[in-house]
Amino acid sequence: MPTRSEIRFLLNDKEVRLSDFSPSLTLLDYLRLERGLCGTKESCNEGDCGACTILVGKLYQGKLIYESINACIRFIGSLDLCHIVTIEYLKSASGKLHAVQQAIVDYHGSQCGFCTPGIIMSLYALLLQKPNANKQDIEMALQGNLCRCTGYVPIINAALSISKKGGLVSDILLEQQKEIAQKLSNMSDGSRVEIINAMGEFIIPKGIDDLVLLLEQKPKATLLAGSSDIGLWVNKHFKNISPVIFIANIATLKQIERGEDNLIIGAAVTYSEAQEIIVNHYPQLKGFWTQIGGNQIRNMGTIGGNIANGSPIGDMAPPLIALGAVLNLRKGKTIRKILVEDFYIAYNKQDLRQGEFIQSIEIPPIKANEIFEVHKVSKRKEEDISTVCAAFKIEIKGNLITQIVLAYGGMAAKPTRAKRAEKLLLDNELNEEIIEKSVQALLQDFTPINDVRATAQYRMLVAQNLLRKFLVEQSS
Amino acid sequence: MNKQVKHDSAIKHVTGEAVYIDDMVEPKGTLHAYLGLSDIAHGEIIRLDLSEVKAAKGVICVLTSKDIIGANDVSPMGLFDDPIFPEKTVEFHGQPIFAVVASTRAEAKKAARLAKVAYKKLTPKLDIVDALEEGGEQVAYSLLLERNNVESEIEKAANRLDGSMVIGGQDHFYLEGHITLAIPSEEDEMTIYSSTQHPSEVQHMVAHALDVNNNNIVVKNRRVGGAFGGKETQGNLFAVVAALAAKKTNRAVKIRPDREDDMIATGKRHDFLIDYDVAFEDDGTIRAMDANFAARCGFSADLSGPVTDRALFHADNCYYYPNVRLKSQPLKTNTVSNTAFRGFGGPQGMVLAERVIEEIAYKLKKDPLEIRKKNFYGTNERNITPYHQIIKDNIIVRLVDELEESANYQQRRKEIIAFNKTSKYIRKGIALTPVKFGISFTATWYNQAGALIHIYQDGTILLNHGGIEMGQGLYTKVAQIVADGFGVDLSEVKVSATSTDKVPNTSPTAASSGADLNGMAALNAVNKIKQRLVDFVIKTYDCDAGEISFSNNQVNIGEKKISFVKLIKQAYMARVQLSDTGFYKTPDIHWDREKGKGNPFFYYAYGAAISQVSIDLLSGQSHVERVDILHDVGNSLNEALDIGQIEGGFVQGMGWLTSEELAWDEEGKLWTFSPSTYKIPLASDIPKIFNIKLANWSKNPANSIKRSKAVGEPPLMLAISVLEAISMAVASVADYNICPRLNTPATPENILMSVERIRDEMQD
Repeated sequence: MPTRSEIRFLLNDKEVRLSDFSPSLTLLDYLRLERGLCGTKESCNEGDCGACTILVGKLYQGKLIYESINACIRFIGSLDLCHIVTIEYLKSASGKLHAVQQAIVDYHGSQCGFCTPGIIMSLYALLLQKPNANKQDIEMALQGNLCRCTGYVPIINAALSISKKGGLVSDILLEQQKEIAQKLSNMSDGSRVEIINAMGEFIIPKGIDDLVLLLEQKPKATLLAGSSDIGLWVNKHFKNISPVIFIANIATLKQIERGEDNLIIGAAVTYSEAQEIIVNHYPQLKGFWTQIGGNQIRNMGTIGGNIANGSPIGDMAPPLIALGAVLNLRKGKTIRKILVEDFYIAYNKQDLRQGEFIQSIEIPPIKANEIFEVHKVSKRKEEDISTVCAAFKIEIKGNLITQIVLAYGGMAAKPTRAKRAEKLLLDNELNEEIIEKSVQALLQDFTPINDVRATAQYRMLVAQNLLRKFLVEQSS
Repeated sequence: MNKQVKHDSAIKHVTGEAVYIDDMVEPKGTLHAYLGLSDIAHGEIIRLDLSEVKAAKGVICVLTSKDIIGANDVSPMGLFDDPIFPEKTVEFHGQPIFAVVASTRAEAKKAARLAKVAYKKLTPKLDIVDALEEGGEQVAYSLLLERNNVESEIEKAANRLDGSMVIGGQDHFYLEGHITLAIPSEEDEMTIYSSTQHPSEVQHMVAHALDVNNNNIVVKNRRVGGAFGGKETQGNLFAVVAALAAKKTNRAVKIRPDREDDMIATGKRHDFLIDYDVAFEDDGTIRAMDANFAARCGFSADLSGPVTDRALFHADNCYYYPNVRLKSQPLKTNTVSNTAFRGFGGPQGMVLAERVIEEIAYKLKKDPLEIRKKNFYGTNERNITPYHQIIKDNIIVRLVDELEESANYQQRRKEIIAFNKTSKYIRKGIALTPVKFGISFTATWYNQAGALIHIYQDGTILLNHGGIEMGQGLYTKVAQIVADGFGVDLSEVKVSATSTDKVPNTSPTAASSGADLNGMAALNAVNKIKQRLVDFVIKTYDCDAGEISFSNNQVNIGEKKISFVKLIKQAYMARVQLSDTGFYKTPDIHWDREKGKGNPFFYYAYGAAISQVSIDLLSGQSHVERVDILHDVGNSLNEALDIGQIEGGFVQGMGWLTSEELAWDEEGKLWTFSPSTYKIPLASDIPKIFNIKLANWSKNPANSIKRSKAVGEPPLMLAISVLEAISMAVASVADYNICPRLNTPATPENILMSVERIRDEMQD
């Protein structure tokens, strides 16, 4: 089997082939320390502030698309067959500023200037995708970019000044689209990529069968997709992640299928890629979806990764539990199906066996007589981790509750259903008394903890308030 | 002057070409230092085993307290209470106890975690309550501000209420963290590139630590990526460690902590516990105010003395207290040493003033704005502050009246009260709060500045001054003043990096003073050179001084015009000195801390804001719907930059009072050490409607630079209106009968718990 022993990518206008790198070398360190491209800044080194935002162009379903990502938690190996665009690429050879740069200057959108390159890249990504972006789009595009000086007003106005004129008129990436797509496609040879050197191993399987094969040989390998979590293992905990198997290029894992009823989402589909179809099928998740991380994280992070890493405050678990989603776990040729709810065993412990991986997530549809709701409460409304997350699904026939799932995150060591409250409600009619009883039952269902985000008391109060309101609304 | 001039680095910012210290080309063989931090809050180091650290890949050497050549101290007050590395006693969780130097930063960072430290643990005092219970040891002396007779007035008062308030701290969260690059040279010389607001202090600290004279150390800085007070003293330690490592290895050494270490190991805004007792008339007029300001200062004094002083200086905000007693209590705790932060204690004092107003209003069932107005300082009477300074420039009444009118406060308040009557889950609130902020360092000697101006033979100008460019546009404003002085285009003036060998004995760029002080010093240098040019013109062209003026890149001599460039060339050939220094010291200020009396402030900056918010009664989440601001910058030097300071300051203040919550665990370890747990405002958090106007009728009666007013800090305190508006929304659940007594930050949790509490109180 032919293997390739280098990764290939475009860095601004240069074609790069690289084999002598550590599997944990971040794109940010590569840019700043090895390429001297210091326009991209390091501030938090954990994907939360956006100072290191750059654009990554990739061929997705035959089209070249550019997305903003955080360079600080992206590993260089994951950039195979991508176009990396940094702030240095924007100014023309003749010294003319790019429209986004000029607008920031015109509107006094920089003060200390440290967040500015990252902000420009985020706005650039937005305007490439949405030339007519409105204020809300701009705010959303900036969810992952912190600015401590300006109060954001001039930055938002600068972006609006472009979108109001219909977007980017002449732009280097738009002009070169065909050429770049061709170059990226030429780099691709369909073979497995194996970088094996003294610093470790970084392997990109050529397809799902190759992944299965690799996992048989290296069952303890780190499966890497979006790196929104694994990036922190390296940057903050110095974890040795080698050997790494990078799975985000595997077509099977990127598939989104409509089954007979179910929606089947490949484990390596990112939040951004899934957004449209998810919101179409589950409109109740619209507001929730854009409360998950910031844009950069949604462009990187995968739904499979969020589940596999099993955080008790992971965003995806409560809604998926409420919807009755099932995971397809793959090992060798066999697929094991398990409810998302059963996948979580205890704190940071999941029912995932060695060498097994999540291949896809199947989500059942919402039936006509079912009501589904999801709420995420956090200290800051956006780009924050849940204090409490609640996902409720209820089916009422006649006056009777025939089905109910009350799934909570942030209330226990793992995402958990409020079984006592559910039991009280099931097969009953909604009335004031039963509502209050089930709200009180949460006290038995959960013993939340005090932590950095909130006290146990607050968590319980919010969990109860959300449930009470939901039930009251269903009863009227 | 053009009031829309862009930031001098704007183009470099947007292209990524602006060079911050970490972007500089490193000297050959540069090494990297990283700090090892303690993992207990209080205790004695019994054994510091660094053998694994030394053995780690890439490690060159380690530094401990034993490797310090000179003084083991970075106390900005010269108190020797702030060791570089403690010799024995660890005083807070995360205190630097050693440094490791390695070939790469990654190697140093990894090695730093390999230390084995054995401690004898001591009981830590982690917060204000602990500190008070343990005897209330202080890091600095209390300040007492007193006028007339508080006790007897409170005793005989018609109305009296007392209470207490917790006001949270704040992390600076500058986007560029601390960093130093130290480059050794021959003999004792060393050049230090430091991300600091106070290069002269860094110079002194490095000289002390290396035991060399000040004249060997040059500290430079072109720009810092945000500071907000966090780089006034907190850069000292990093600079000194880099310098010691550079000395030891004779190589350039760079040090840059990761974000979490920066947040753990450097000081923050002080949190306060304030007890108050107030007496007032039936109409809400305050008779007497008695308050004690206990602050968590951390393990050392740092700037806690002056910070807690300034809390007292602003505990009156815009209100006249006929009888008053204010006392500070700067408490020692086993936490990181708290430091300067935009407003420097003033915001905490002001929050208290507004809390007291609110208390009176709810007690008397009146709109808090009515109580505010009742208590405003007068212009000819009722104009003495608790520190006995007479306010001579009061414009608060006009500001508030104009804003109240233009933002339609009364009508909106009525609508909100009506809305709240029927809304089940969402409640709204509106509040107008004023700001009066005293301008000048209360350390009177800091109110001086120097500048250096060269004109070269091609007519271009090089400007240097003692101020630091940290985003506020100081370099731009001072360059504007110089260009205006010589009547040339701004593009002819270049500002060079701040450097202690160009302008010595600089003051920190702090206390909003940057443009006031450095602008005046630069103007002084301009005037000295100009005078020589004028003398030269008189002699050469046989004219009177009155006929000479500088404008449009020309020198006008009666009817005759010659270009500025040409004049400079002629002056050079005639051996006229084309370079000079400038100096400025603020007049008319004095302060006697012992007596609590004086005129510490040259003038006051004023402002007012109206905020409208909504809160969700299910989760406590809040939302700022609209803000209207009218702010006084005197005769603005640059409106674009000033508006930027107002917007940015407001949002930073809003963050402080809402989402930015600092938390420590039971062991005293900072819990909120990264942006994933410490939440500063996002673009989507800013007010949905945000109207800002400058009070363009205001001129500074004090002889400040072009009659402008300082703008760095005052706008932060406009955000107190958000807190007060949230408070009103909460109060609606008890029909405005109970003051919610919201502590800050008003997080969703604090809001929801206040809602619950006053609902319960109402039922009782």
